[in-house]
Amino acid sequence: MSQLLEAIRSNRDAVLNEWLKNMREGISRRDLIDDAEVSEQATRMLDAIIAVTDESRIANLAGSEWQPIKEMLADLSVSRAVQGFTPSETALFVLSLKPVLFQLIRERWGNKAGELFAEITIADNFIDRLALHTTDSYIAGRDQVIGRQQEEMLELSTPVVTLWDGIVALPLIGTLDSARTQVVMESLLQAIVRTNSRFAIIDITGVPTVDTLVAQHLLKTITAAKLMGAECILSGIRPQIAQTIVHLGINLEEVVTKAKLADAFRLALERSNRRVTRTNSATPAAAPAQER
Amino acid sequence: MAGTVLKTEAVPVRSDADVVMVRQRVRAWVNEMQFSLVDQTKIVTAASELARNTLEHGKGGKLDISMLQNGYRKGIQLVFSDDGPGIPDVRLALTDGYTTGSGMGLGLSGSKRLMNEFYIQTEVNRGTTVSCIRWK
Repeated sequence: MSQLLEAIRSNRDAVLNEWLKNMREGISRRDLIDDAEVSEQATRMLDAIIAVTDESRIANLAGSEWQPIKEMLADLSVSRAVQGFTPSETALFVLSLKPVLFQLIRERWGNKAGELFAEITIADNFIDRLALHTTDSYIAGRDQVIGRQQEEMLELSTPVVTLWDGIVALPLIGTLDSARTQVVMESLLQAIVRTNSRFAIIDITGVPTVDTLVAQHLLKTITAAKLMGAECILSGIRPQIAQTIVHLGINLEEVVTKAKLADAFRLALERSNRRVTRTNSATPAAAPAQER
Repeated sequence: MAGTVLKTEAVPVRSDADVVMVRQRVRAWVNEMQFSLVDQTKIVTAASELARNTLEHGKGGKLDISMLQNGYRKGIQLVFSDDGPGIPDVRLALTDGYTTGSGMGLGLSGSKRLMNEFYIQTEVNRGTTVSCIRWK
């Protein structure tokens, strides 16, 4: 059994001060976190280590008595990940405790080689495992950040814009995987209802690859819009995309397509009996398009 | 007819995100090999189709991209391999509009038309290897 816990317990303040000193030297990101917070976290952590009962073995980190400490570390790592610390800076929090423990062990058992080695091995293992746990939690924290950003991008990337009274446009940009197409379809259909639109223009200028899955999703969206009484115009079909679609054998003949968004808009205006005309007078107050 | 392999790269095809990765890697390769914009789009689209087939029907596998040199010609070879259930009837699978999934049934036949050379090696319950080349 380890006597290390006992040693830490009787030297709590000294250990804490040394630890904080080490950390101050190691962590350079004062801009992200202040000393008071670090000191508070370290104190809580050390007290949690001390609070573990004597019977529990320090070597057995999987045991339930270490659970509070692991949770505390996990919280800490996640918050560091969000604050923008690097993984090494986060792991340093735990790792900078190691030299302090080694010093303590040396003072206690310096002249007994066998015990010295045994205690050092235990302390080394203990700190390493805590550090690994910190890194694991840090990565989990990062994954959360990435997941949230993905969701944010999903919402950002599908704006439905009203071009004119009764004409909405959906400029698509980027990869159309199945998760995104679902969002795209929903937001378009809702916009059609909300704006009472009879025409919807789907612009795929910003979509780099149109394969059968993307085409299928587009066709489904167009069919759904049709069911709701809106006419869809597909625009932004670049020459290379057009050739690829032909070779793939995708049939888009039933869909009204245009090369440019401007052409699609013109068509939608025509179909709704409107026309864009140039006025002779230079009055700035004149509307860009006149309704008839 | 293959040629000398100049360099290769392996890309895993295990998830939807990997399909995006396949497109990006193939796009980087054909861009570097200076294919025309139309050819680039064709190759990337074929890669996207075949990668999705590998994922959905082959239960995941990998893609090996190679740059080939045959005389004065350079080409890109894409080899998709999986250990999935295999294709019982290759001719049927290559028919336009035939699908066992929910897609359009144009992926395999379409990518054959997008590439210059196209070979399928398959054995039921053993897996499938689709190999295709586009010459510059």
